[in-house]
Amino acid sequence: METTATHHADMHRDDDASKIGMWLFIFTEILLFGGLFIVYSVYRFRNPVAFHIAHEELSITMGLINTIILLISSATVAISISAIQKNDRKISMMMLGLTLLFALIFLVNKYFEWGAKFEHGMYPGSDLMTMLSHGDMLFFSLYFFMTGLHAVHIIVGMILLSVSLFKVRSGAIHSTRFVLLENSGLYWHLVDLIWIFLFPLFYLIH
Amino acid sequence: MTEQTQHKREPNYLEYRGKYSGIMGWLTSTDHKRIGLMYFYAMMTFFLSGVVMGLLMKLELIAPGEQLMGAQTYNGLFTVHGLTMIFLFVIPGVAAVFGNLFMPIMIGAKDVSFPRLNLFSWYLYMIGAVIVLSSQFMGDGPPDTGWTFYAPYSLKTQTNVVAAVTGAFILGFSSILTGLNFIVTMHRLRAPGMGWMRMPLFCWTLYGTGWIQLLATPVVGITFLMVIAERMLGIGFFDPAIGGDPILYQHLFWIYSHPAVYIMILPAMGAITEIVITFSRKTVFGYSAMVISSMAIAFVGYFVWGHHMYTSGMSTTARWVFSFITFLVAIPSAIKVFNWTATLYKGSINMQTPFFWAMGFIFVFMIGGFSGLVLGSLATDIHVHDTAFVVAHFHYIVFGGTGFAFFAALHYWYPKIYGKIYNGKIANIGLIIFFTGFNVLYFPMFILGIMGMPRRYYDYLEQFHSLNIVSTVGSWIMATGLIIVIVNLLRARRGSGKEIDNPWDGRTLEWQIASPPILENFEEIPVVDHEPYDYK
Amino acid sequence: MSKDNHHHIVEYRNHILVLALLIALTVITVAITSVELGPYNTAAAMVIASIKAAIVLLYFMHLRFDQKIYRFMATIVILIFMAVIVVTFFDYLYR
Repeated sequence: METTATHHADMHRDDDASKIGMWLFIFTEILLFGGLFIVYSVYRFRNPVAFHIAHEELSITMGLINTIILLISSATVAISISAIQKNDRKISMMMLGLTLLFALIFLVNKYFEWGAKFEHGMYPGSDLMTMLSHGDMLFFSLYFFMTGLHAVHIIVGMILLSVSLFKVRSGAIHSTRFVLLENSGLYWHLVDLIWIFLFPLFYLIH
Repeated sequence: MTEQTQHKREPNYLEYRGKYSGIMGWLTSTDHKRIGLMYFYAMMTFFLSGVVMGLLMKLELIAPGEQLMGAQTYNGLFTVHGLTMIFLFVIPGVAAVFGNLFMPIMIGAKDVSFPRLNLFSWYLYMIGAVIVLSSQFMGDGPPDTGWTFYAPYSLKTQTNVVAAVTGAFILGFSSILTGLNFIVTMHRLRAPGMGWMRMPLFCWTLYGTGWIQLLATPVVGITFLMVIAERMLGIGFFDPAIGGDPILYQHLFWIYSHPAVYIMILPAMGAITEIVITFSRKTVFGYSAMVISSMAIAFVGYFVWGHHMYTSGMSTTARWVFSFITFLVAIPSAIKVFNWTATLYKGSINMQTPFFWAMGFIFVFMIGGFSGLVLGSLATDIHVHDTAFVVAHFHYIVFGGTGFAFFAALHYWYPKIYGKIYNGKIANIGLIIFFTGFNVLYFPMFILGIMGMPRRYYDYLEQFHSLNIVSTVGSWIMATGLIIVIVNLLRARRGSGKEIDNPWDGRTLEWQIASPPILENFEEIPVVDHEPYDYK
Repeated sequence: MSKDNHHHIVEYRNHILVLALLIALTVITVAITSVELGPYNTAAAMVIASIKAAIVLLYFMHLRFDQKIYRFMATIVILIFMAVIVVTFFDYLYR
């Protein structure tokens, strides 16, 4: 009761509301990728052998490196939030910068990974792809679509983190007002969460 | 309150002049009431264009053979009629219009939690609407897949599917953001003293609806993206020719689109609850049962999608599982009807137009619900699947449910929205004609369906002729009633009726303030110290 | 009530520990999938992925320290999603 009362005094600043809003948005994102995971599981269930053979085209090392990069970047964002709470702007900015760097490395890796596929003539709509057997076609369709959509989320996350970095620098985000950074961090962890599942599902089929 | 009316009022939300005046003052306003009204005007425009499409289809069906249009035009027409009515009218419907207008007031807030996001949702809605409607005119002809976009036909047809699907995707986004905004508002902005269990029941239904919007809409969003990718990028998900499973498309589509039925009907039930209570002048029977049943409908309604797919080739196990869960969802719906009836019992009933609309709602909704049982049980569904019976059923539910509730809510809250009262007698006449036309239009379709008339054809066999004539005549009667209702409301808007704050003796917070409400609703935030409906 | 939670600051050290744990689990997943366990390979990979996801949710995303309502909502959402998968597979398992 008291919280609602205090909160009317300052209508335009409600950090808890922003945070609930962000969580609700994350739930939406989970279900968005959830739809894809349903499609994936159904098709893998129906084409186990084809999925197994197709996945050997992907490099486990590449996937592992990217997984570790994303995990580290998640930790750096988390540290950045702890730092801003301790009013340590320098560390906070440094950690955000590192996160952005890792995100960039992730995308560069992805670029080379996709690039290698494209060079072999394997890209959406290519002759090779349309000639694939049924299971392979589904596997690579899902691979391009899911990792592509994930990459889009990486880019959105980078934009959010860049804005946060800018605002920490200008002092608009500080130790008592950091909900934007916190929400950008939540979004970044979501991107990580999704990758945690994408990695074993695409790279580690046994 | 009456005392307050004597004093000079702050300018109300209709007259208030902010940074911009005129139309720009509306298009840039983040006031929840103005946004609600903007939804209302847009929605009525789309609704009426959908009605015209419906009338044209009925006219085509007045006799076998080609009357006005050929098969392809008819296919385009029922697709865009479906898209318009479902995505532009009934899904946002009661929630976006009356939720925006009254939910913040009913919980004692000045606005929603994210007013700018709210305005953004409206713009997304308009953009989506324009794209969906333009698919009718642009490209290679209107989409002819039906509003369901079933694969693989939606992947193969040469018509303008991509535009329609993109529009639907954007509309989904708008719907998600509205739901998100409402949930956060109810979590954060309830007035002091208004605990969860003191919220008016309309707000509770919006809360349940918000969750469905959040959790179901993204599934269809991603499905639509996959359809677009499959059409544009040459990758494969659903086309059986490349190993895809079209039934999986149906699963994903209905994982959203069945809960969407509850997005339509839950706020409608909430509005009806408010009306039944106010016009019985009696507190609601079983407040917590109403709350629980709202949430139960939202929850169970998430797991019944398969009953749209009994004849699609789904496994037998899945069919009986879905049939079973479908019957479960009837329980909370029935609780609502029983509670309305029990609320009416021994109430001092106030016979006014909104009450009659609410009773009309309960009547047609019951018919819709019972015919739903026929479709929900496996054996009978096989017989009437894809016949006019289905069309009749969902028009009784969607139009009879949400449509009636929409007009009930409009007549109930009209004096609050505009500060004017309409002519009750003419409104009642309009309602009676509308109600008659509605039943004459749709009831014969139940019989036609059982006789075996398939849906979605511009032509039919001679044996179905006589009932189709009845149905078409019904569409004219209903249109007449609709015109009377709308003209009556328009006249009231222009008329000089006296301003009245609380014409029905309502007890929820929106009736305790001026009509039309002032910019931030309350002169000072109310402190709530009692249950929402404190009659007697 | 909510204001107190805002002051919960997780130490840097703890973030590093969590990170080490996550990386260890990732390496274990890769190791497990390279030995032959039959159908349990996939199961093991998914179980470990779920554990990692839970750790990210609880520690990096602060669910463990925040108000209960977030934890409650997240749990419900995940359960609903899992139920949707189960119900979908009533079709595919028995077709």
